[in-house]
Amino acid sequence: MSAVEDSAPLATTPRWRRIATDFAESRLALAALVVVFLVLGAAFLAPWISPQNPYDLASLDIMDGRLPPGAESFTGMTYWLGTDSQGRDMLSAILHGLRTSLVVAVSAGVLALLSGMVLGLVAAYFGGRLDALIMRVVDLMLGFPAILIALIVLVILGKGTEKVILALILVQWAYFARAARSAALVERNREYVEAARGLGASHGRILFRHILPNCLAPIIVVGTVQVANAISLEATLSFLGIGLPITEPSLGLLIANGFKYLLSGYYWISLFPGFALVLAVVSINLVGDQLREVLNPRTLR
Amino acid sequence: MSETTPLLAVEGVAKRFVKGLDLAARIGARLGAQVREEVVHAVDGASFSVARGEVVGLVGESGCGKSTLGRLVAGLLEPSAGKIFLDGALRERLTPRERLAVQMIFQDPYASLNPRMRVGNIIGEGLITGKLARRREIPDIVAGLMQQVGLDPSYRNRFPHQFSGGQRQRIGIARALAVRPQLLVCDEAVSALDVSIQAQILNLFMDLRGQLDLTYLFITHDLGVVQYLCDRVLIMYLGRIVESAPTAALFANPNHPYTRALLAEIPRLRQRRRDFKPISGEIPSPMDPPPGCHFHPRCPHAMAHCRVEVPVYREIAPGHGAACHLNDEKNVKEA
Repeated sequence: MSAVEDSAPLATTPRWRRIATDFAESRLALAALVVVFLVLGAAFLAPWISPQNPYDLASLDIMDGRLPPGAESFTGMTYWLGTDSQGRDMLSAILHGLRTSLVVAVSAGVLALLSGMVLGLVAAYFGGRLDALIMRVVDLMLGFPAILIALIVLVILGKGTEKVILALILVQWAYFARAARSAALVERNREYVEAARGLGASHGRILFRHILPNCLAPIIVVGTVQVANAISLEATLSFLGIGLPITEPSLGLLIANGFKYLLSGYYWISLFPGFALVLAVVSINLVGDQLREVLNPRTLR
Repeated sequence: MSETTPLLAVEGVAKRFVKGLDLAARIGARLGAQVREEVVHAVDGASFSVARGEVVGLVGESGCGKSTLGRLVAGLLEPSAGKIFLDGALRERLTPRERLAVQMIFQDPYASLNPRMRVGNIIGEGLITGKLARRREIPDIVAGLMQQVGLDPSYRNRFPHQFSGGQRQRIGIARALAVRPQLLVCDEAVSALDVSIQAQILNLFMDLRGQLDLTYLFITHDLGVVQYLCDRVLIMYLGRIVESAPTAALFANPNHPYTRALLAEIPRLRQRRRDFKPISGEIPSPMDPPPGCHFHPRCPHAMAHCRVEVPVYREIAPGHGAACHLNDEKNVKEA
């Protein structure tokens, strides 16, 4: 038996902790992360923390319509961000709209990530004609403006939350497929993949247990950026009136509702939902940018 | 083959890598442009055998195809031509589980372990893929394997990056041993390690050989390693095996001009202040190998004949053979 030589493993800090400290190096990104959590928390808790249920028409009073920020209602409630034309409290509407926007964007992002990632991994791993086919479709999707694809899909399918999500997935899967493929092309030729093949591992096992975990970093980065893009794309579609139904107003619909009053001086109906949208999109993008820095394989190890 | 069948027999194995034409080049070719597919003859008709329990060294300079040959033997690449026999049976006929009898130890202990898997799972993977043990037996088997290669089993939940190069190579060895292989193909298995660790790993290989009745194919460019542990040496040049001999015979009496050139350039402590004379010229591109004997552009004894005809591998002493036209002439003279 050979001697147990340099037997103690090197003491290294856990990976996640190093990523956390690297991430915190940028104050801006850290602040953005806090904002992201605030936005997520506000969206999640909207039904409990908003002063009014904006969907309950019985609680609205048309006499409260278009009150400026800080005005009081007949019942003594303060509308901190004003009201819209139907007397709806803008703060409550924004909280609920944020919730709708985030649910749509995150579910579309997650589904696009899963489908695009699997297609990208399969393309990289098997190569050949399958790779060529998948990547030409990706090129085709990326060649069209996202808004155009989404418009076509929604015109064909009609309105509805699940249809908007489907349209967003169709727009976004190609980005994930390309990121997953480029990462997997590198990993596929690593010796540990050869070793797994030498041990008789199946294609599925090699793809999902060996290659996939090593490709996650760039895919997660694309994922954060794409969620931000999905929020703004959904807002665009809703603004154009072909997105979510009016019964579930998202931020885009709120902006559209106030748009026609903008020149009449009722700025708050559009402006505050716009601020909420910018806050969410910018903070998610900042977090995504810093994640890209931290998870960059060239700076790792 | 008078005695028992060899554990590994390789007959006329070749591996060609073809870089196909892309769409633009195909259209160009259709229109009459001078483009053709690029074919690399990484291994060009290699034949040899390894007896059970033997340690065989496969030596050659960078780019000569020795790693490709090792991967062919280990089943990681499919040969373009030729046959590989394991224990007398053609490899394609074997079941997946029987093919596990050949395992590979890789050169780079940093790239050959999945960085996202725990060491215990890396070592135990072959047990799962080969269905060699029940799930609940695996932790005990893994602990035994770790002890066998000199690792503390309590580190099984660590990740590869927490280990040094030598320890990682031990993990790679334990992973290979898990499927009870008979032949280990070691592709430059120690050349990425510190010299002090190299010796430990080489000793581990030899200890395991005694315990587990292993056979080794050692791919290396380090003649010192060959001299230290190999029974027999194969010299490879540009995809072909040019000489094969027992280690002592090879070092005492090299036959092929390429082997002689290799041995002449081993640095020795005795001879100081001498200039090393590199073999003249570069190794030719395997994409466009020279005709006849591949070594003729660099060979000091090249004759007109060498540029035309591929020399045949011939036995010149018991167990010692070479592929060189110089041996033909000797035969002619003696006859």
